[in-house]
Amino acid sequence: MSNALNQDAENGPVMAADGTPLKRSLARALRRQKGRALLLIAPLLIFVLVTFIVPIGSMLFRSVENDIVANTLPDTVQRLASWDATSGELPAEGVYEAMYYDLFVAAEAKRHTRLGSRLNYEESGISSLFRQSGRKIDDLAKDATKALESAVPAFKDGETWYALMNAGNDEANSGLLSAMRGRIGRLNDSSASGDMDFAPSALMADILPLTTRSYTEWAVYEATEEGRDPATRDPWELVPLALLQELKTADLSGLTGTRAELLTQAQAVNFDIPPYSEVLADIDPEWGTILPWETIQTHSSKYTAGYFLNAVDAQKTPEGYAWQPEDKQILLKLFGRTLIMSMIITCSCILLGYPVAWLLANLPTAKANLLMILVLLPFWTSLLVRTSAWKVMLQQQGVINDVLVWLGLVDDANRLIMINNQFGTIVAMTHILLPFMILPMYSVMQTVPPSYLRAAKSLGATNWTAFWRVYFPQSIPGIGAGSILVFILSIGYYITPEIVGGTKGVFISNRIAYHISSSLNWGLAAALGSILLAVVLLLYWCYDRIVGIDNVKLG
Amino acid sequence: MANTSTDAAFVEFERVQKSYDGVNLVVKDLNLSMPRGEFLTMLGPSGSGKTTCLMMLAGFETATHGDIRLGGTSINNIPPHKRGIGMVFQNYALFPHMTVAENLAFPLEVRKIGKSEREEKIHRALGMVQMNDFAGRRPTQLSGGQQQRIALARALVFEPELVLMDEPLGALDKQLRETLQFEITKLAHDLGITVVYVTHDQTEALTMSDRVAVFENGRIQQLAPPDQLYEKPENSFVAQFIGENNTLMGEVKEITNGTAVVQLDGGDLIDAVPVNVSKVGERTRVSIRPERVEMNKERLMPGAKTLKAEVLEFIYMGDIFRTRLRVAGSDDFVIKTRNAPDQVRLTPGTQIEIGWLPEDCRALDA
Repeated sequence: MSNALNQDAENGPVMAADGTPLKRSLARALRRQKGRALLLIAPLLIFVLVTFIVPIGSMLFRSVENDIVANTLPDTVQRLASWDATSGELPAEGVYEAMYYDLFVAAEAKRHTRLGSRLNYEESGISSLFRQSGRKIDDLAKDATKALESAVPAFKDGETWYALMNAGNDEANSGLLSAMRGRIGRLNDSSASGDMDFAPSALMADILPLTTRSYTEWAVYEATEEGRDPATRDPWELVPLALLQELKTADLSGLTGTRAELLTQAQAVNFDIPPYSEVLADIDPEWGTILPWETIQTHSSKYTAGYFLNAVDAQKTPEGYAWQPEDKQILLKLFGRTLIMSMIITCSCILLGYPVAWLLANLPTAKANLLMILVLLPFWTSLLVRTSAWKVMLQQQGVINDVLVWLGLVDDANRLIMINNQFGTIVAMTHILLPFMILPMYSVMQTVPPSYLRAAKSLGATNWTAFWRVYFPQSIPGIGAGSILVFILSIGYYITPEIVGGTKGVFISNRIAYHISSSLNWGLAAALGSILLAVVLLLYWCYDRIVGIDNVKLG
Repeated sequence: MANTSTDAAFVEFERVQKSYDGVNLVVKDLNLSMPRGEFLTMLGPSGSGKTTCLMMLAGFETATHGDIRLGGTSINNIPPHKRGIGMVFQNYALFPHMTVAENLAFPLEVRKIGKSEREEKIHRALGMVQMNDFAGRRPTQLSGGQQQRIALARALVFEPELVLMDEPLGALDKQLRETLQFEITKLAHDLGITVVYVTHDQTEALTMSDRVAVFENGRIQQLAPPDQLYEKPENSFVAQFIGENNTLMGEVKEITNGTAVVQLDGGDLIDAVPVNVSKVGERTRVSIRPERVEMNKERLMPGAKTLKAEVLEFIYMGDIFRTRLRVAGSDDFVIKTRNAPDQVRLTPGTQIEIGWLPEDCRALDA
């Protein structure tokens, strides 16, 4: 029997007493424990996920998200795809027509200005083009409506339109309906899925596709976004325009009854529709140039690297990628400055913090406690107060300058400029971040037994050699931990550079804040934030490779 | 350097005192003199001042008063790194960020010894402790015993004449401790180095040392070779501290040519060697080692005084039997007998008579 057991152990997997494989048996035994542990941390985990990971994730996602162009101008983007911007020719008439219809709907939904400001990040001036066009886009459609209504007064009535377009007992084109639901939903960032009492007639969609489409767009918008019944209301002026345009060539032979009668009357209306390229050029001559079309085409994809390119002072062009014009290149410089200044701050924290941490770790308890309170005191003071205090200290009429002048070291006329520049930022941030350096250093130094120094001295080392060869190497994990902490904190610091940094001492985070709250270019802000995060992770990785993260101790 | 004969004092403490707080003396009037090549152990309970003495010798503490001399010169004002004293620490104090070889190279590097000579010395020192295969390891990759060997090799690698050891075997298990005790002693004698060894383990002190200084309350209570210390304790502290000991309280009745008659508190009279009792009527603590108590009357001298005893407990310990008796009103009188074929195993309740040679019974201070 024992022989058989032994053989099992040698040849196959080890079995538990009841014959199940030991691994499974162990996993089963541990599952409950793990489940209970997970349950215990579940509230915190969910809290962290919901309030931390998800918002950051969605923020970062904004850096590549670019569906606003395709959502606002779906038809235009589609038709523009085949146009070659480098050919030097304007897009085809069909693109202009699509743009007219898309822009009309966007203007009705008041979404065109949003698109304008999005494209304005890439090409300044486009914002006003869209705003201008939105205002004038319905001129032509209004004329068309007037012409139709004066010739066939029945069209003044919304119910006429409804009867004309609604499927009723006929076959409905449900594909068109759901497509328009999708289109309006994407335009308005909503689901556009509310109930509605309308389905486009399949027959009409065959004979008058553009009109049916426009009417359905309107009906969906009216029902889901405005919450009104399309059956009793007048459609957008776009619908009569589409009708008159299509009737010029439409074959009405398949129709009978009221519809045939109405449309035959309408067909008789004589309304001249100029080419849409002329219509748009009338609204704003810029539509007659390549530039807006080029911009739209370049930035029409749903995901874009454009924000990231902007974040490193480059931009997307029809030919590929290019640097921004010289005068707009500030972000790379700002990144570089942020990194260099963070390093300077980290180094000065090491230099100032090391002796203090050493004292903390080696003084008798009573004195060390007093010193610890002094180290922690700044923590109990508001960050804003500490930063403002530096303003008082460093400004030209401030305490330090006054003392230097009084001592005669500095001429009254040439007071030192120590604030609103990089010097001010470095001084204030070193002071603010110093505890984050001292505390990890201290906790590591505390674990270095004094017997090491004694051993080194007994082996013949002088005080300096003993320190440098024995104590210092063992305190490096503390320096490492403190440096990572201070560096990562300072690279994303905002408030202190904002207050004492002036223009030359600001960090990349101040730029991010500007784009979040002032220019509202969240995509660029998100891209800058993502790059910052990537840089920190990269540095962390390098640090791990060089020093080893196991060597970092916080206590 | 001229007259460094073995007789001359190599290490000397003269009227050394040490106080940390200016109120209490940790070391009181310490006088000690060691010849070259001696293995001296400072033994004592914790807080008795032995480690402080070692630290003063190493230079990590300064004497409040008195003179410490090494090879005839006072070293009071010489910093530790210039004293050239090897030291082995309680927690080994091997530098964790260096390999074993780098640890050993450290004292040689600070002495600016060339690379080839350095390597040779490291090799030799590691060979002494049979650790040559471990030169490339880090201290954390070694077991406690191995670390201790490396610490020893590091203290010896720069060939100091004096090596200090501060409870070096305290953290090791019994078996390893015994092996290393033997090795350290052998190494010290082979190399002819002078060793000051601090421990609170009396077995260690007895087995390793040429002489043992028993510390208590900042003073040396007795400084003697192990056998004398064990067999001829000079006061009751030493008798109690070293080995197992039976004590009986009594009063000196008479002292005649080297023998004292003591009346125990139970009324019985016994013979004892007067050690630090001088006059009749003095209270005394009589001390007898458990293995020197005899139950076989035939082996006692004719006319020797005996005491009645009742067996309370018999403990079988393998090599020996330990029997607890009630003697003269004391319930913890212990005798040890060898586990020999003819040895009787006493059962509790048995009444026996015990006695001893008068020279094994010492009348000490009360």
